[in-house]
Amino acid sequence: MDLIRELEQEQIAKLSAGKEIPDFGPGDTLLVNVKVVEGERSRVQAYEGVCIGRSGRGLNESFTVRKISYGEGVERVFPLYSPMIDSIKVVRRGKVRRAKLYYLRQRRGKSARITERQDRQGPGAGAGAAAAAAEPEEAAAE
Amino acid sequence: MRSGVIAQKVGMTRVFTGTGEHVPVTVLKLANCQVVAHRTKEKGGYVALQLGSGGRKVKNVSKAERGHFAVAKVEPKRKLAEFRVSEDGLIPVGAEITADHFVVGQFVDVTGTSIGKGFAGPMKRWNFAGLRASHGVSASHRSHGSTGGRQDPGKTFKNKKMAGHLGVERVTTLNLKVVQTDVERGLILVEGAVPGAKGGWIMVRDAVKKNLPKEAPQPGAFRPAAAEAAAAAAPTPAGPAAGEGA
Repeated sequence: MDLIRELEQEQIAKLSAGKEIPDFGPGDTLLVNVKVVEGERSRVQAYEGVCIGRSGRGLNESFTVRKISYGEGVERVFPLYSPMIDSIKVVRRGKVRRAKLYYLRQRRGKSARITERQDRQGPGAGAGAAAAAAEPEEAAAE
Repeated sequence: MRSGVIAQKVGMTRVFTGTGEHVPVTVLKLANCQVVAHRTKEKGGYVALQLGSGGRKVKNVSKAERGHFAVAKVEPKRKLAEFRVSEDGLIPVGAEITADHFVVGQFVDVTGTSIGKGFAGPMKRWNFAGLRASHGVSASHRSHGSTGGRQDPGKTFKNKKMAGHLGVERVTTLNLKVVQTDVERGLILVEGAVPGAKGGWIMVRDAVKKNLPKEAPQPGAFRPAAAEAAAAAAPTPAGPAAGEGA
């Protein structure tokens, strides 16, 4: 392993010690607890929204979370290993067909919904669910 | 004035600080950086250290150079460089400079050879604005404009900025902060970019335009040469005086 990768792996190990980063992907609704420093005090603020993409690799990986706040779309990009992230929770798994959900920026309300992913047992079980959820707009809300 | 070191550029990465900020850093590696020779007032008229870094096969070293390295009792070096020091800043010949020579938080100046860009136009080389996209300009959108006067002075002045070779020149970047040092692996992490390609040789010195912190080791942090270390371990304490902080 080259030296840069080695240094990055060490930092990942140090930064993610005592903190579990769940397995999540685009379409998942996340609850990100962010540390906020106000003057001397620091507190934890929750930011909940849809993950619309992950980018980068290793230490440089980051993810974007989009939400609608007071009628205005807000996107925040978090470095995955940022010490400012207290914890990440997956609230809901979404069924999507793209790695980057930038199309959500043009959509509002009903058309911006993402159907929930139904995890079945076994690796080959996704076929039926994929056909049912092919049209996110028409898929019945859970 | 303390000595600098010769380091090798490894590449860039980032370091997250406890407060959640991240710092872009360049990783510099000390590849067995040893003192090869002294330059003294009596002999050369100035005081400096000649340092060597990196390794080289003995069969590829000329006989003259082999003799030079043999005097210092060091392995043949890939890269040699001199650093001017004050009289009390001399480090014994054969000593290996360690990464804690630099203190975390201090500022350093780094010198390297920039990456070659080949024959570059004036826009890339001198940040000229180029010509307009339309209004009658044809086939010369990235060229420079006029290069001089009319009948008077009747010539283009010397050193006029024009297209030409860019890169592969000695570049010094001032005041880069030392973020981290690692003595075991011989690493110095410096904030920001350092001139040159990965694997290139970089000269790192204390910043000339900033004050040196008091805790910086004088004349430097180093491991004494093997022979001297043995002498120091012997009952008669005749070994190296300073730099045992390494």
